[in-house]
Amino acid sequence: MVSATVIDARGLLCPLPVVKLQEFARQVDEAVEVTVVATDPGVLEDIPSWCRVNGHVHLSSRQTENEYRVTVKATPQR
Amino acid sequence: MNSSPAFKPRAVALISGGLDSMLAAKIVQAQGIYVEGVNFFTGFCVEGHTQAVNSPKKAKPKRHSALWSAEQIGIPMQIVDISEDYKDVVINPTHGYGRLLNPCLDCKIFMVNHALDLVGNDGKPFDFVITGEVIGQRPKSQRAQTMPLIAKESGAHDRLLRPLSAKHLPTTLPEREGWVDPDKLYGFSGRSRKPQIELAKSLGITEWSQPAGGCCFLTDESYTKKLRDLWAARGKRDYDIEDVVLLKIGRHIRPAPHYKLIVGRREGENRFLHGFRHKFQHLTTLSHEGPLCLVDGDLSHAERRNAASIVARYSRGREAAEVMVRYTDLTGVSEEFAIQPMAPHELPAAWLLTN
Repeated sequence: MVSATVIDARGLLCPLPVVKLQEFARQVDEAVEVTVVATDPGVLEDIPSWCRVNGHVHLSSRQTENEYRVTVKATPQR
Repeated sequence: MNSSPAFKPRAVALISGGLDSMLAAKIVQAQGIYVEGVNFFTGFCVEGHTQAVNSPKKAKPKRHSALWSAEQIGIPMQIVDISEDYKDVVINPTHGYGRLLNPCLDCKIFMVNHALDLVGNDGKPFDFVITGEVIGQRPKSQRAQTMPLIAKESGAHDRLLRPLSAKHLPTTLPEREGWVDPDKLYGFSGRSRKPQIELAKSLGITEWSQPAGGCCFLTDESYTKKLRDLWAARGKRDYDIEDVVLLKIGRHIRPAPHYKLIVGRREGENRFLHGFRHKFQHLTTLSHEGPLCLVDGDLSHAERRNAASIVARYSRGREAAEVMVRYTDLTGVSEEFAIQPMAPHELPAAWLLTN
């Protein structure tokens, strides 16, 4: 794992934060740690679920006053 | 068609989050076929997240039904945002609408067509498409006459397999090629859910999503009333994704053709609407706890007072003689009104767009 990335999904309703993460994950050639920053609490449930379904690793979920930060390790699927 | 021993057929299954699509994918997967799911985001999907906005403190977990379904049956799944291209389906459906603004037949054709062009998570294409359609299950799209139409107009033809009703339908490519065993497909028809529930039990599936009235807001009477109103007010049948989202949130009130009020009904909605304040004129209450109200349109001074009176009516000060309400325009300039809350009988029912 060589780099860290942040996806800004603030203002998007689920499942669009997941779609943004999915688009990113499809491009990775090696495992990458990526954090999705969102305002829809749905990401707390959906991103870990998306990880389990598609073979990525959910690392952590954090909630601040108005934002949710979900970090995953996106792994190459090809 | 490839029939070499090394050939491993691959299928993409349309997953709505309901039981039928879950079963259809599971039946084919159980025959050793590689199955991936796809869930299309149209903008009109009824999902837990609108509930999350409405009821943030509710104990029930908010989950994406299709992702959850995929997890239950153990298939990978992608979510595809088709909301922009989907507008044409909603605005100009070739085969018309169902009871409300639901273009179910065009929708299914559109989704199967899109599924054909997808590649899997590994970048490889699929050999056929699976849907959970059952003949006679739905009055608009799932009829004996419409099943061949969907296969033809989507361009899928015999690459569209409906495992739950396959015994009533023409033989498809995966059956003909021996990729799937036709004897292990089903002949369900009609509106009864009993055969599906029995099959679910036999497959060890004990829980599934049961969205009341389907999984699409276009089958919702209250929602479609607001969408029709939006089109009428704008003089054209058009929308963007922000419109679609805002129609799901709040109490919609149209006192006049040129403006509409969107009034938050609870804390979650007010918090969500808060994110749109910079794009709309808006009203908030100062003297009493109350909703945030976005204004879609331009207001004269008298109309601002009228809007303030309506907002006051939905505040904690509804019984008070006077409520302080602040109106803020798009440049951030505000004006304050000491206003008597509108009495319930003074608010004409025709203004209310929400059931």
